[in-house]
Amino acid sequence: MSDTFFSGAPHWTWFIIPYFFVGGLAGGAYFLAAALDWFGRPEDRPVVRTGYDVAAVGAILSGLLLTIDLGRPLRFWHMLFQSENFPALMFKGWSPISFGAWAILLFGLFSVLSALGARAEEGRLQLPALRAIGGVVKGGVAKLVAGVGGLLGLFIAGYTGILLSVTNRPIWADSPWLGALFLASGASTGAATLILLSPGRGATERSLGWLSWFDARALVVELLVLILFLASLGPVNRVWVSFWGLVLLVGVIGFGILAPLRMHAKPAQAARLVLLGGFLLRIATLLASEGIDRYRVVAGS
Amino acid sequence: MPEPMGFFTDTTVCIGCKACEVACKEWNQLPAENGGIGELSGDSYDNTRKLDGIHWRHVRFIEQFKGPYDGRWLMMSDVCKHCVQAGCLEVCPTGAIIRTEFDTVVIQSDVCNGCRACIAACPFGVIDVNPVSGTAQKCTLCYDRLKVGLEPACSKACPTDSIQFGSIVELRTRAHKRVDQLKAQGVKAELYGADPDGALGGLNSFYLLVDEPEVYGLPRKPTLPSRNLTKSASFSFASAAVLGVLALVGLRKRRMDGMGGPGGGGPN
Repeated sequence: MSDTFFSGAPHWTWFIIPYFFVGGLAGGAYFLAAALDWFGRPEDRPVVRTGYDVAAVGAILSGLLLTIDLGRPLRFWHMLFQSENFPALMFKGWSPISFGAWAILLFGLFSVLSALGARAEEGRLQLPALRAIGGVVKGGVAKLVAGVGGLLGLFIAGYTGILLSVTNRPIWADSPWLGALFLASGASTGAATLILLSPGRGATERSLGWLSWFDARALVVELLVLILFLASLGPVNRVWVSFWGLVLLVGVIGFGILAPLRMHAKPAQAARLVLLGGFLLRIATLLASEGIDRYRVVAGS
Repeated sequence: MPEPMGFFTDTTVCIGCKACEVACKEWNQLPAENGGIGELSGDSYDNTRKLDGIHWRHVRFIEQFKGPYDGRWLMMSDVCKHCVQAGCLEVCPTGAIIRTEFDTVVIQSDVCNGCRACIAACPFGVIDVNPVSGTAQKCTLCYDRLKVGLEPACSKACPTDSIQFGSIVELRTRAHKRVDQLKAQGVKAELYGADPDGALGGLNSFYLLVDEPEVYGLPRKPTLPSRNLTKSASFSFASAAVLGVLALVGLRKRRMDGMGGPGGGGPN
Protein backbone atom coordinates (compact mmCIF):
# COMPACT_ATOMS: atom_id res chain seq x y z
CA MET A 1 0.00 0.00 0.00
CA SER A 2 1.27 3.46 -0.89
CA ASP A 3 2.05 5.65 2.11
CA THR A 4 -0.26 8.27 0.61
CA PHE A 5 -3.27 6.27 1.82
CA PHE A 6 -2.68 7.43 5.40
CA SER A 7 -3.28 11.12 4.68
CA GLY A 8 -6.52 13.06 5.06
CA ALA A 9 -8.72 14.45 2.28
CA PRO A 10 -8.58 18.26 1.93
CA HIS A 11 -12.22 18.57 0.74
CA TRP A 12 -11.24 20.25 -2.54
CA THR A 13 -14.46 19.65 -4.39
CA TRP A 14 -17.17 21.75 -6.02
CA PHE A 15 -15.43 25.12 -6.09
CA ILE A 16 -11.95 23.78 -6.82
CA ILE A 17 -13.00 21.43 -9.64
CA PRO A 18 -14.59 24.27 -11.67
CA TYR A 19 -11.58 26.45 -10.85
CA PHE A 20 -9.15 23.85 -12.18
CA PHE A 21 -11.26 23.58 -15.34
CA VAL A 22 -11.84 27.30 -15.88
CA GLY A 23 -8.27 28.23 -14.95
CA GLY A 24 -6.84 25.67 -17.37
CA LEU A 25 -9.18 26.74 -20.15
CA ALA A 26 -8.45 30.45 -19.58
CA GLY A 27 -4.69 29.83 -19.52
CA GLY A 28 -4.85 27.77 -22.70
CA ALA A 29 -7.04 30.31 -24.50
CA TYR A 30 -4.68 33.15 -23.60
CA PHE A 31 -1.64 31.18 -24.74
CA LEU A 32 -3.23 30.51 -28.14
CA ALA A 33 -4.39 34.12 -28.48
CA ALA A 34 -0.88 35.33 -27.64
CA ALA A 35 0.65 32.91 -30.18
CA LEU A 36 -1.63 34.34 -32.87
CA ASP A 37 -0.96 37.89 -31.66
CA TRP A 38 2.77 37.36 -32.13
CA PHE A 39 2.95 35.08 -35.13
CA GLY A 40 -0.49 35.17 -36.76
CA ARG A 41 -2.04 37.29 -39.49
CA PRO A 42 -4.36 40.31 -39.29
CA GLU A 43 -7.25 37.99 -40.13
CA ASP A 44 -6.60 36.15 -36.83
CA ARG A 45 -7.52 39.19 -34.73
CA PRO A 46 -11.08 37.98 -33.93
CA VAL A 47 -9.61 34.83 -32.37
CA VAL A 48 -7.00 36.88 -30.51
CA ARG A 49 -9.67 39.20 -29.09
CA THR A 50 -11.87 36.25 -28.11
CA GLY A 51 -8.94 34.55 -26.41
CA TYR A 52 -8.15 37.60 -24.32
CA ASP A 53 -11.80 38.00 -23.33
CA VAL A 54 -12.08 34.32 -22.34
CA ALA A 55 -8.87 34.62 -20.31
CA ALA A 56 -9.99 37.78 -18.50
CA VAL A 57 -13.38 36.36 -17.58
CA GLY A 58 -11.79 33.03 -16.65
CA ALA A 59 -9.15 34.64 -14.46
CA ILE A 60 -11.73 36.71 -12.56
CA LEU A 61 -13.97 33.69 -12.16
CA SER A 62 -10.99 31.63 -10.97
CA GLY A 63 -10.16 34.19 -8.30
CA LEU A 64 -13.77 34.21 -7.12
CA LEU A 65 -13.98 30.41 -6.97
CA LEU A 66 -10.71 30.17 -5.04
CA THR A 67 -11.84 32.82 -2.57
CA ILE A 68 -15.27 31.30 -1.99
CA ASP A 69 -13.67 27.93 -1.34
CA LEU A 70 -11.62 29.23 1.58
CA GLY A 71 -12.80 28.49 5.10
CA ARG A 72 -12.32 32.21 5.82
CA PRO A 73 -12.85 33.96 2.44
CA LEU A 74 -12.19 37.48 3.79
CA ARG A 75 -8.66 36.36 4.60
CA PHE A 76 -7.85 35.59 0.95
CA TRP A 77 -5.20 38.34 1.02
CA HIS A 78 -3.20 36.38 3.61
CA MET A 79 -1.88 34.38 0.61
CA LEU A 80 -0.36 37.53 -0.85
CA PHE A 81 0.72 39.60 2.14
CA GLN A 82 1.94 38.72 5.61
CA SER A 83 -1.14 39.42 7.70
CA GLU A 84 0.85 40.32 10.79
CA ASN A 85 3.46 42.31 8.91
CA PHE A 86 1.51 44.08 6.16
CA PRO A 87 2.55 45.09 3.48
CA ALA A 88 5.40 42.56 3.50
CA LEU A 89 4.78 40.03 0.74
CA MET A 90 3.85 36.41 1.44
CA PHE A 91 5.56 34.13 -1.06
CA LYS A 92 6.95 30.61 -0.90
CA GLY A 93 8.58 29.57 -4.15
CA TRP A 94 8.52 25.92 -3.13
CA SER A 95 4.77 25.87 -2.37
CA PRO A 96 2.61 25.59 -5.53
CA ILE A 97 -0.42 27.04 -3.76
CA SER A 98 1.64 30.09 -2.76
CA PHE A 99 3.17 30.86 -6.15
CA GLY A 100 -0.13 29.86 -7.74
CA ALA A 101 -1.91 32.61 -5.79
CA TRP A 102 0.53 35.18 -7.19
CA ALA A 103 0.35 33.66 -10.67
CA ILE A 104 -3.44 33.87 -10.81
CA LEU A 105 -3.28 37.51 -9.69
CA LEU A 106 -0.70 38.39 -12.35
CA PHE A 107 -2.49 36.35 -15.00
CA GLY A 108 -5.70 38.22 -14.16
CA LEU A 109 -3.87 41.53 -14.54
CA PHE A 110 -2.30 40.63 -17.88
CA SER A 111 -5.43 39.06 -19.32
CA VAL A 112 -7.57 42.08 -18.35
CA LEU A 113 -4.97 44.43 -19.89
CA SER A 114 -4.94 42.41 -23.10
CA ALA A 115 -8.74 42.25 -23.20
CA LEU A 116 -8.96 46.01 -22.72
CA GLY A 117 -6.37 46.55 -25.43
CA ALA A 118 -8.29 44.32 -27.80
CA ARG A 119 -11.56 46.08 -27.05
CA ALA A 120 -9.96 49.48 -27.52
CA GLU A 121 -8.76 48.21 -30.91
CA GLU A 122 -12.39 47.54 -31.81
CA GLY A 123 -13.56 50.85 -30.31
CA ARG A 124 -15.83 49.02 -27.90
CA LEU A 125 -14.79 50.71 -24.66
CA GLN A 126 -17.20 53.34 -23.34
CA LEU A 127 -15.71 54.37 -20.00
CA PRO A 128 -12.93 56.95 -20.42
CA ALA A 129 -10.70 55.31 -17.78
CA LEU A 130 -10.92 51.91 -19.45
CA ARG A 131 -10.44 53.53 -22.87
CA ALA A 132 -7.28 55.19 -21.59
CA ILE A 133 -5.88 51.91 -20.25
CA GLY A 134 -6.91 50.02 -23.37
CA GLY A 135 -5.34 52.70 -25.54
CA VAL A 136 -1.95 52.11 -23.95
CA VAL A 137 -2.03 48.37 -24.65
CA LYS A 138 -1.23 48.46 -28.35
CA GLY A 139 1.72 47.86 -30.64
CA GLY A 140 4.86 46.83 -28.80
CA VAL A 141 3.25 47.13 -25.35
CA ALA A 142 0.45 44.79 -26.40
CA LYS A 143 2.99 42.29 -27.75
CA LEU A 144 4.98 42.45 -24.52
CA VAL A 145 1.87 41.99 -22.40
CA ALA A 146 0.79 39.08 -24.62
CA GLY A 147 4.21 37.45 -24.36
CA VAL A 148 4.35 37.52 -20.59
CA GLY A 149 0.64 36.72 -20.26
CA GLY A 150 0.99 33.76 -22.63
CA LEU A 151 3.68 32.23 -20.46
CA LEU A 152 1.55 32.91 -17.38
CA GLY A 153 -1.37 31.26 -19.16
CA LEU A 154 0.61 28.07 -19.67
CA PHE A 155 1.70 28.25 -16.05
CA ILE A 156 -1.90 28.62 -14.80
CA ALA A 157 -2.99 25.69 -16.95
CA GLY A 158 -0.30 23.42 -15.48
CA TYR A 159 0.41 24.51 -11.93
CA THR A 160 -2.88 23.11 -10.62
CA GLY A 161 -1.64 19.62 -11.43
CA ILE A 162 1.70 20.34 -9.76
CA LEU A 163 -0.22 21.59 -6.73
CA LEU A 164 -1.95 18.22 -6.48
CA SER A 165 1.32 16.32 -6.90
CA VAL A 166 2.97 18.33 -4.12
CA THR A 167 0.76 16.75 -1.44
CA ASN A 168 0.66 13.40 0.28
CA ARG A 169 -2.67 12.27 -1.18
CA PRO A 170 -3.34 9.03 -3.09
CA ILE A 171 -3.20 9.36 -6.91
CA TRP A 172 -2.09 13.03 -6.81
CA ALA A 173 1.19 12.48 -5.00
CA ASP A 174 1.75 9.06 -6.55
CA SER A 175 2.56 10.51 -9.97
CA PRO A 176 4.59 13.49 -11.23
CA TRP A 177 2.55 13.70 -14.46
CA LEU A 178 -0.56 15.60 -13.30
CA GLY A 179 0.93 19.03 -14.06
CA ALA A 180 1.77 18.02 -17.63
CA LEU A 181 -1.64 16.37 -18.01
CA PHE A 182 -3.58 19.41 -16.82
CA LEU A 183 -1.45 21.66 -19.01
CA ALA A 184 -2.23 19.63 -22.14
CA SER A 185 -5.88 19.55 -21.15
CA GLY A 186 -5.85 23.33 -20.58
CA ALA A 187 -4.45 23.84 -24.07
CA SER A 188 -7.02 21.54 -25.69
CA THR A 189 -9.98 23.01 -23.78
CA GLY A 190 -8.71 26.54 -24.47
CA ALA A 191 -8.60 25.78 -28.21
CA ALA A 192 -12.05 24.18 -28.03
CA THR A 193 -13.48 27.27 -26.33
CA LEU A 194 -12.05 29.50 -29.06
CA ILE A 195 -13.43 27.21 -31.76
CA LEU A 196 -16.88 27.63 -30.23
CA LEU A 197 -16.79 31.34 -29.37
CA SER A 198 -14.64 33.09 -31.96
CA PRO A 199 -16.96 32.57 -34.97
CA GLY A 200 -19.35 34.96 -33.21
CA ARG A 201 -16.59 37.58 -33.27
CA GLY A 202 -15.93 37.11 -36.98
CA ALA A 203 -13.19 34.47 -37.00
CA THR A 204 -12.18 33.27 -40.45
CA GLU A 205 -12.16 29.67 -41.62
CA ARG A 206 -8.36 29.77 -41.77
CA SER A 207 -8.11 30.81 -38.13
CA LEU A 208 -10.58 28.14 -37.08
CA GLY A 209 -8.71 25.58 -39.16
CA TRP A 210 -5.50 26.32 -37.27
CA LEU A 211 -7.33 26.02 -33.94
CA SER A 212 -8.76 22.62 -34.94
CA TRP A 213 -5.36 21.46 -36.15
CA PHE A 214 -3.76 22.49 -32.87
CA ASP A 215 -6.59 21.05 -30.76
CA ALA A 216 -6.23 17.62 -32.37
CA ARG A 217 -2.52 17.57 -31.60
CA ALA A 218 -3.03 18.85 -28.06
CA LEU A 219 -5.46 15.96 -27.57
CA VAL A 220 -2.83 13.48 -28.74
CA VAL A 221 -0.33 14.99 -26.29
CA GLU A 222 -2.98 14.79 -23.56
CA LEU A 223 -3.65 11.13 -24.34
CA LEU A 224 0.05 10.26 -24.26
CA VAL A 225 0.55 12.08 -20.95
CA LEU A 226 -2.57 10.41 -19.55
CA ILE A 227 -1.08 7.00 -20.41
CA LEU A 228 2.20 7.99 -18.73
CA PHE A 229 0.22 9.23 -15.71
CA LEU A 230 -1.62 5.93 -15.34
CA ALA A 231 1.56 3.91 -15.90
CA SER A 232 3.35 5.87 -13.18
CA LEU A 233 0.62 5.11 -10.62
CA GLY A 234 1.57 1.43 -10.49
CA PRO A 235 -0.39 -0.48 -7.83
CA VAL A 236 -2.33 2.68 -6.91
CA ASN A 237 -4.26 2.14 -10.15
CA ARG A 238 -6.59 -0.15 -8.23
CA VAL A 239 -8.41 3.02 -7.08
CA TRP A 240 -9.76 3.27 -10.62
CA VAL A 241 -11.76 0.11 -10.07
CA SER A 242 -14.60 2.42 -9.13
CA PHE A 243 -17.13 4.83 -10.62
CA TRP A 244 -14.31 7.36 -11.19
CA GLY A 245 -12.41 4.83 -13.28
CA LEU A 246 -15.44 4.56 -15.52
CA VAL A 247 -15.61 8.34 -15.78
CA LEU A 248 -11.92 8.43 -16.72
CA LEU A 249 -12.16 5.65 -19.28
CA VAL A 250 -15.47 6.48 -20.93
CA GLY A 251 -15.88 10.19 -20.23
CA VAL A 252 -12.33 11.48 -20.50
CA ILE A 253 -10.60 9.05 -22.87
CA GLY A 254 -13.64 7.95 -24.89
CA PHE A 255 -15.79 11.05 -25.24
CA GLY A 256 -13.19 13.70 -24.38
CA ILE A 257 -10.20 12.57 -26.45
CA LEU A 258 -10.82 9.70 -28.90
CA ALA A 259 -14.24 10.82 -30.16
CA PRO A 260 -13.13 14.42 -30.95
CA LEU A 261 -10.06 13.08 -32.73
CA ARG A 262 -12.36 11.19 -35.12
CA MET A 263 -14.66 14.16 -35.76
CA HIS A 264 -12.59 16.27 -38.19
CA ALA A 265 -15.64 17.32 -40.18
CA LYS A 266 -17.56 18.62 -37.17
CA PRO A 267 -15.19 20.91 -35.27
CA ALA A 268 -17.91 22.53 -33.15
CA GLN A 269 -19.24 19.19 -31.92
CA ALA A 270 -15.70 17.95 -31.32
CA ALA A 271 -14.96 21.10 -29.31
CA ARG A 272 -17.99 20.51 -27.06
CA LEU A 273 -16.78 16.98 -26.35
CA VAL A 274 -13.27 18.27 -25.60
CA LEU A 275 -14.74 20.66 -23.02
CA LEU A 276 -16.77 17.84 -21.48
CA GLY A 277 -13.67 15.63 -21.34
CA GLY A 278 -11.60 18.38 -19.73
CA PHE A 279 -14.19 18.91 -17.02
CA LEU A 280 -14.56 15.18 -16.39
CA LEU A 281 -10.76 14.85 -16.15
CA ARG A 282 -10.75 17.30 -13.21
CA ILE A 283 -13.76 15.60 -11.62
CA ALA A 284 -12.25 12.11 -11.90
CA THR A 285 -8.76 13.01 -10.66
CA LEU A 286 -9.98 15.09 -7.73
CA LEU A 287 -12.93 13.05 -6.54
CA ALA A 288 -11.19 9.67 -6.95
CA SER A 289 -8.64 10.84 -4.39
CA GLU A 290 -11.06 12.83 -2.23
CA GLY A 291 -13.19 9.71 -1.90
CA ILE A 292 -10.40 7.76 -0.27
CA ASP A 293 -10.66 8.56 3.40
CA ARG A 294 -7.65 7.99 5.51
CA TYR A 295 -6.63 4.45 6.16
CA ARG A 296 -8.75 3.05 8.91
CA VAL A 297 -7.62 0.40 11.25
CA VAL A 298 -10.17 -2.33 11.00
CA ALA A 299 -10.59 -4.91 13.70
CA GLY A 300 -8.56 -7.99 13.04
CA SER A 301 -6.59 -6.59 10.11
CA MET B 1 16.43 29.14 24.01
CA PRO B 2 14.36 26.17 25.20
CA GLU B 3 15.38 22.73 23.99
CA PRO B 4 13.15 20.70 21.62
CA MET B 5 10.20 19.23 23.51
CA GLY B 6 7.75 16.53 22.60
CA PHE B 7 5.91 13.32 23.41
CA PHE B 8 7.04 9.73 23.71
CA THR B 9 3.99 7.48 23.55
CA ASP B 10 4.51 3.96 24.89
CA THR B 11 1.57 2.11 23.37
CA THR B 12 2.19 -0.98 25.54
CA VAL B 13 0.85 0.76 28.65
CA CYS B 14 -2.10 2.59 27.05
CA ILE B 15 -5.35 1.32 28.56
CA GLY B 16 -7.68 3.20 26.22
CA CYS B 17 -9.23 5.31 28.97
CA LYS B 18 -9.35 8.40 26.71
CA ALA B 19 -8.41 10.73 29.55
CA CYS B 20 -6.01 12.41 27.09
CA GLU B 21 -8.80 13.01 24.58
CA VAL B 22 -11.00 14.57 27.24
CA ALA B 23 -8.20 16.68 28.73
CA CYS B 24 -7.28 17.96 25.27
CA LYS B 25 -10.89 18.85 24.47
CA GLU B 26 -11.36 20.61 27.79
CA TRP B 27 -8.16 22.63 27.77
CA ASN B 28 -8.45 23.68 24.13
CA GLN B 29 -12.22 24.24 24.37
CA LEU B 30 -12.86 22.07 21.32
CA PRO B 31 -16.51 21.68 20.38
CA ALA B 32 -18.44 18.43 20.53
CA GLU B 33 -19.29 16.56 17.38
CA ASN B 34 -22.82 16.20 16.11
CA GLY B 35 -24.19 18.58 18.76
CA GLY B 36 -22.89 16.37 21.55
CA ILE B 37 -24.96 13.37 20.50
CA GLY B 38 -22.63 10.38 20.46
CA GLU B 39 -22.32 8.46 17.23
CA LEU B 40 -21.18 4.86 17.42
CA SER B 41 -18.79 3.59 14.78
CA GLY B 42 -20.65 0.30 14.67
CA ASP B 43 -17.64 -1.90 13.97
CA SER B 44 -15.23 -0.99 16.75
CA TYR B 45 -15.06 0.19 20.34
CA ASP B 46 -13.23 3.20 18.86
CA ASN B 47 -15.94 5.78 18.32
CA THR B 48 -13.71 8.83 17.79
CA ARG B 49 -12.21 7.10 14.73
CA LYS B 50 -9.79 9.81 13.58
CA LEU B 51 -7.93 12.99 14.28
CA ASP B 52 -9.52 16.12 12.85
CA GLY B 53 -10.14 19.80 13.51
CA ILE B 54 -12.03 19.14 16.73
CA HIS B 55 -10.23 15.97 17.85
CA TRP B 56 -6.58 16.79 18.41
CA ARG B 57 -6.05 13.57 20.38
CA HIS B 58 -7.44 10.22 19.34
CA VAL B 59 -6.98 6.93 21.15
CA ARG B 60 -6.87 4.31 18.43
CA PHE B 61 -8.41 0.97 19.35
CA ILE B 62 -6.93 -1.78 17.21
CA GLU B 63 -8.91 -4.93 17.73
CA GLN B 64 -6.92 -7.90 16.45
CA PHE B 65 -9.27 -10.83 17.04
CA LYS B 66 -9.49 -14.09 15.11
CA GLY B 67 -12.14 -15.42 17.46
CA PRO B 68 -13.84 -14.50 20.75
CA TYR B 69 -10.94 -15.73 22.88
CA ASP B 70 -8.11 -15.48 20.35
CA GLY B 71 -6.73 -12.02 19.94
CA ARG B 72 -5.46 -8.84 21.49
CA TRP B 73 -6.15 -5.17 21.83
CA LEU B 74 -3.63 -2.58 20.71
CA MET B 75 -4.19 0.99 21.84
CA MET B 76 -2.37 4.10 20.79
CA SER B 77 -3.04 7.71 21.69
CA ASP B 78 -2.49 9.42 18.33
CA VAL B 79 -1.65 13.09 17.89
CA CYS B 80 0.20 15.50 15.60
CA LYS B 81 3.76 14.25 15.16
CA HIS B 82 5.34 17.75 15.25
CA CYS B 83 7.70 16.61 12.48
CA VAL B 84 11.16 18.13 12.41
CA GLN B 85 10.61 18.54 8.66
CA ALA B 86 6.89 19.31 8.54
CA GLY B 87 4.96 18.97 5.28
CA CYS B 88 2.15 21.21 6.54
CA LEU B 89 4.55 24.02 7.36
CA GLU B 90 6.28 23.57 4.01
CA VAL B 91 3.16 24.17 1.88
CA CYS B 92 1.19 26.66 4.04
CA PRO B 93 0.74 29.68 1.76
CA THR B 94 -0.25 32.17 4.49
CA GLY B 95 2.54 31.63 6.99
CA ALA B 96 -0.07 30.52 9.53
CA ILE B 97 1.92 27.39 10.38
CA ILE B 98 5.01 28.14 12.41
CA ARG B 99 7.76 26.31 14.27
CA THR B 100 7.92 27.40 17.87
CA GLU B 101 10.88 27.87 20.18
CA PHE B 102 10.10 24.36 21.53
CA ASP B 103 10.61 22.87 18.01
CA THR B 104 6.89 22.12 17.82
CA VAL B 105 4.57 22.97 14.92
CA VAL B 106 1.61 25.28 15.56
CA ILE B 107 -1.18 26.62 13.33
CA GLN B 108 -2.02 30.26 14.11
CA SER B 109 -5.78 30.29 13.81
CA ASP B 110 -5.96 34.06 13.30
CA VAL B 111 -3.69 33.85 10.25
CA CYS B 112 -5.03 30.65 8.61
CA ASN B 113 -7.58 31.28 5.85
CA GLY B 114 -8.78 27.71 5.50
CA CYS B 115 -7.21 26.84 2.12
CA ARG B 116 -6.62 23.30 3.41
CA ALA B 117 -3.30 22.74 1.61
CA CYS B 118 -1.83 21.52 4.92
CA ILE B 119 -4.48 18.79 5.20
CA ALA B 120 -3.35 17.21 1.92
CA ALA B 121 0.32 17.75 2.76
CA CYS B 122 0.33 15.96 6.13
CA PRO B 123 1.40 12.32 5.60
CA PHE B 124 -0.35 11.27 8.82
CA GLY B 125 -3.86 12.67 8.23
CA VAL B 126 -3.62 14.75 11.38
CA ILE B 127 -5.04 18.12 10.30
CA ASP B 128 -8.61 19.02 9.41
CA VAL B 129 -10.88 22.04 9.43
CA ASN B 130 -12.56 23.09 12.65
CA PRO B 131 -16.09 23.90 11.48
CA VAL B 132 -16.47 26.56 14.18
CA SER B 133 -13.41 28.60 13.22
CA GLY B 134 -13.34 27.70 9.52
CA THR B 135 -9.58 27.22 9.83
CA ALA B 136 -7.29 24.20 9.83
CA GLN B 137 -6.50 23.00 13.32
CA LYS B 138 -4.51 20.35 15.13
CA CYS B 139 -2.59 19.71 18.33
CA THR B 140 -0.43 22.67 19.40
CA LEU B 141 1.44 20.53 21.94
CA CYS B 142 -0.27 22.94 24.35
CA TYR B 143 1.93 25.84 23.27
CA ASP B 144 0.09 28.13 25.68
CA ARG B 145 0.83 25.80 28.62
CA LEU B 146 4.45 25.28 27.57
CA LYS B 147 5.07 29.02 27.53
CA VAL B 148 4.19 29.25 31.22
CA GLY B 149 6.08 26.11 32.20
CA LEU B 150 3.11 23.72 32.32
CA GLU B 151 2.96 20.20 30.93
CA PRO B 152 0.55 19.56 28.02
CA ALA B 153 -2.96 18.66 29.20
CA CYS B 154 -2.99 15.17 27.64
CA SER B 155 0.25 13.86 29.16
CA LYS B 156 -0.69 15.45 32.48
CA ALA B 157 -3.97 13.53 32.45
CA CYS B 158 -2.55 10.18 31.28
CA PRO B 159 -2.93 7.80 34.24
CA THR B 160 -0.41 5.20 33.01
CA ASP B 161 2.29 7.49 31.62
CA SER B 162 1.69 6.04 28.20
CA ILE B 163 2.07 9.64 27.01
CA GLN B 164 5.30 11.05 28.35
CA PHE B 165 6.26 14.69 27.86
CA GLY B 166 9.78 16.07 28.04
CA SER B 167 12.88 17.08 26.16
CA ILE B 168 13.31 15.02 22.99
CA VAL B 169 16.85 13.97 23.87
CA GLU B 170 15.78 12.68 27.27
CA LEU B 171 12.65 11.02 25.87
CA ARG B 172 14.69 9.15 23.25
CA THR B 173 17.01 7.77 25.90
CA ARG B 174 14.03 6.67 27.97
CA ALA B 175 12.37 5.11 24.90
CA HIS B 176 15.42 3.07 23.93
CA LYS B 177 15.67 1.69 27.48
CA ARG B 178 12.02 0.70 27.36
CA VAL B 179 12.49 -1.07 24.01
CA ASP B 180 15.44 -3.01 25.43
CA GLN B 181 13.36 -3.97 28.46
CA LEU B 182 10.48 -5.22 26.30
CA LYS B 183 12.76 -7.12 23.94
CA ALA B 184 14.34 -8.85 26.93
CA GLN B 185 10.82 -10.01 27.80
CA GLY B 186 10.34 -11.38 24.29
CA VAL B 187 8.07 -8.61 23.09
CA LYS B 188 8.54 -7.40 19.52
CA ALA B 189 8.90 -3.65 20.15
CA GLU B 190 10.12 -0.92 17.80
CA LEU B 191 10.31 2.84 17.95
CA TYR B 192 8.53 4.85 15.29
CA GLY B 193 9.83 8.35 14.51
CA ALA B 194 12.58 8.42 17.15
CA ASP B 195 15.47 8.41 14.69
CA PRO B 196 16.69 11.97 13.94
CA ASP B 197 18.28 10.64 10.74
CA GLY B 198 15.07 8.87 9.72
CA ALA B 199 11.93 10.02 7.93
CA LEU B 200 11.15 13.75 8.17
CA GLY B 201 14.22 14.34 10.35
CA GLY B 202 12.51 12.52 13.19
CA LEU B 203 9.18 13.13 14.86
CA ASN B 204 8.88 15.21 18.01
CA SER B 205 5.97 12.99 18.94
CA PHE B 206 7.25 9.45 18.54
CA TYR B 207 5.92 6.02 19.45
CA LEU B 208 6.79 2.62 20.77
CA LEU B 209 4.88 0.06 18.68
CA VAL B 210 4.51 -3.70 18.98
CA ASP B 211 3.26 -4.29 15.44
CA GLU B 212 3.86 -2.88 11.95
CA PRO B 213 3.28 0.89 11.59
CA GLU B 214 0.45 0.33 9.09
CA VAL B 215 -1.49 -1.59 11.75
CA TYR B 216 -1.57 1.61 13.80
CA GLY B 217 -2.58 3.70 10.77
CA LEU B 218 0.92 5.11 10.35
CA PRO B 219 2.77 5.34 7.00
CA ARG B 220 5.96 3.27 6.88
CA LYS B 221 8.06 5.99 5.25
CA PRO B 222 6.35 9.37 5.59
CA THR B 223 7.73 11.96 3.16
CA LEU B 224 7.54 15.67 2.42
CA PRO B 225 5.14 16.78 -0.31
CA SER B 226 7.93 18.73 -2.02
CA ARG B 227 9.58 15.46 -3.11
CA ASN B 228 7.46 15.69 -6.28
CA LEU B 229 8.02 19.38 -7.03
CA THR B 230 11.08 19.28 -9.29
CA LYS B 231 9.97 16.27 -11.33
CA SER B 232 6.40 17.50 -11.69
CA ALA B 233 7.53 20.99 -12.72
CA SER B 234 10.02 19.53 -15.23
CA PHE B 235 7.40 17.35 -16.90
CA SER B 236 5.00 20.29 -17.03
CA PHE B 237 7.68 22.46 -18.60
CA ALA B 238 8.33 19.74 -21.19
CA SER B 239 4.61 19.52 -21.94
CA ALA B 240 4.43 23.32 -22.34
CA ALA B 241 7.43 23.26 -24.67
CA VAL B 242 5.85 20.56 -26.86
CA LEU B 243 2.55 22.46 -27.07
CA GLY B 244 4.35 25.73 -27.81
CA VAL B 245 6.30 24.11 -30.64
CA LEU B 246 3.11 22.54 -31.99
CA ALA B 247 1.38 25.92 -32.07
CA LEU B 248 4.28 27.47 -33.99
CA VAL B 249 4.61 24.49 -36.34
CA GLY B 250 0.91 24.83 -37.12
CA LEU B 251 1.27 28.51 -37.94
CA ARG B 252 4.35 27.88 -40.06
CA LYS B 253 2.61 25.05 -41.91
CA ARG B 254 -0.31 27.34 -42.62
CA ARG B 255 2.00 29.97 -44.02
CA MET B 256 4.00 27.49 -46.10
CA ASP B 257 1.03 25.59 -47.46
CA GLY B 258 -1.06 28.59 -48.41
CA MET B 259 -3.88 26.41 -47.32
CA GLY B 260 -7.52 26.32 -48.15
CA GLY B 261 -10.53 26.01 -45.89
CA PRO B 262 -11.20 23.60 -43.08
CA GLY B 263 -10.93 19.94 -43.81
CA GLY B 264 -8.18 20.61 -46.29
CA GLY B 265 -5.82 18.43 -44.34
CA GLY B 266 -3.74 21.27 -42.92
CA PRO B 267 -4.05 23.83 -40.18
CA ASN B 268 -5.29 26.41 -42.71
